[in-house]
Amino acid sequence: MKDIVEIRWHGRGGQGAKTACLLLADVAFSSGKYVQGFPEYGPERMGAPITAYNRISKERCTVHSNIYQPDYVIVVDETLLSAVDVTKGLKESGAIIINSEKTPGELRHLLRGYQGQVYTIDARRISEETLGRYFPNTPMLAAAVKVSNVVDADHFIKDMEESFRHKFGSRTNIIEGNMKALKKSLEEVCCG
Amino acid sequence: MARNDRMSGNEAVAYAMKQINPDVMGAFPITPSTEIPQYFSTYVANGEVDTEFVAVESEHSAMSTCMAAQAAGGRAITATSSAGMALMWEMLYVTASARLPVTMALVNRALTGPININNDHSDSMGARDSGWIQLYAETNQEAYDNFVQAMPIGENKEVRLPVMVCQDGFITSHAVENIELLDDEIVKNFVGEYEPEHYLLKKENPLAVGPYDISNYYMEHKKQQAEAMKNAKPVILEVARRFAEISGRSYGFFEAFEMEDAEVALVLIGSSAGTAKETVKQLRKEGKKVGLVKIRVFRPFPMEELAETLNGVKAVAVMDKAESFSACGGPLFAEVRSALYDLENRPKTINYVYGLGGRDICVEDFAMIYDQLFEIGRTGDAGEVYRHIGQREQEV
Repeated sequence: MKDIVEIRWHGRGGQGAKTACLLLADVAFSSGKYVQGFPEYGPERMGAPITAYNRISKERCTVHSNIYQPDYVIVVDETLLSAVDVTKGLKESGAIIINSEKTPGELRHLLRGYQGQVYTIDARRISEETLGRYFPNTPMLAAAVKVSNVVDADHFIKDMEESFRHKFGSRTNIIEGNMKALKKSLEEVCCG
Repeated sequence: MARNDRMSGNEAVAYAMKQINPDVMGAFPITPSTEIPQYFSTYVANGEVDTEFVAVESEHSAMSTCMAAQAAGGRAITATSSAGMALMWEMLYVTASARLPVTMALVNRALTGPININNDHSDSMGARDSGWIQLYAETNQEAYDNFVQAMPIGENKEVRLPVMVCQDGFITSHAVENIELLDDEIVKNFVGEYEPEHYLLKKENPLAVGPYDISNYYMEHKKQQAEAMKNAKPVILEVARRFAEISGRSYGFFEAFEMEDAEVALVLIGSSAGTAKETVKQLRKEGKKVGLVKIRVFRPFPMEELAETLNGVKAVAVMDKAESFSACGGPLFAEVRSALYDLENRPKTINYVYGLGGRDICVEDFAMIYDQLFEIGRTGDAGEVYRHIGQREQEV
């Protein structure tokens, strides 16, 4: 990992992009990193575009501004590609990860000339198969970890399992479903 | 043993409240401070504290509740923001002048209008003359540390003033970052018990709180209140010294960052100081002698100490995250410029109003300001001193 990795999340209100951002801060913290996880707040409502940010670093980062040149961008809702300039400032050495059933090649033309790596993950299918409902943030979190490599994948799985057990207690089907979603996403995220 | 954790600024302050276990919390929710009473009410519901949580119908009542509880001999806390604090306005003054050391977690938010939920300092800056001690934080850690220090400062018998512990709305209140938490027992011992000499429930010594004060007495009471604010200065430093012993973290009236040989400097408050520190680090690598002063204590204002630190600097930019519509600069500018007046070779000073209603400020913006300061240092000409940064200009 570089000394500091900056990540920008784009989602729609209600999809859990903020939660995924805070969970990423959690797992990076438990692997000994310095973390920032913060959403950009406004008059949020269901379905409106929202942005959230992560800084993950080896030394404490004191900067408290938003992130304008991210290393990674994660798009939790594919329809945002035409609504928001998601690749704005995104480093060419970085990558964008999009929740879509399409291949990276099929989406590149929507990325306003972005030349860096493009990843896609079908978070809807994974979520519906493993959780029976559409919660895109769990698969997107795993894809973010896999691509950005801010946390070791094995450590991530172990840590998330503990975190889910803590949160959901005896509701084992929820824990198992989420764990399956994470693992599937780690395997399936694909680059083009 | 101190414990490393990660949490938002709001959770950090609520956690400090839990460790202190005060007698009464009177609170009414308002963004972005809502999470504080929310977390705290969970502690109450779980029996982790034995605080009486009073869910009031307005902020005016929240502060009235706190004032009454403190007057009765208890320890009272609240949390609020922006228009919430504005609705407490009258009671802020009553609490301070009744010399009741209530502690408030203020999560700074623009004081309307147009209506806006994001951060600036217009709420607390407006209350700067209310008689409350004001502490400001750059990070979640500082918000936590300041809250732990607030009661030993405010409750000191030479002081007896309420304390406002401020942090930046959303920027620190809702950002999850690393934090080092102290042990419950250590916090409890540090804060100690509240032992007022006079209080409503003391039957041996009945008293009235908040009666009418005729002209023949009013001025004496105000003078005493002003003296109490002066007395707060050594107490703040003494509490910080004790706090360093339990935490290893040092606090003063302000943090002087790379000021030793600085030729130009910023003076600012709150979370943006962290961003400016990054600018300082980058410019220092280029050999540029830049520094900054981050104000922690705004009331009482550290006038002499600030003048000493800025003595010898060629040019200073004072950054205000509040507009005071004076037509000549923001509230921090007025104080800092006044503090520098008696220096023989006082620095040139300019004012930047920035960050209103959540407008972002970045590392590059501060670099631009340092460039301007070097230019002012070279030419000796400050130009227009009252400036704004970050806004779009209307075409004329």
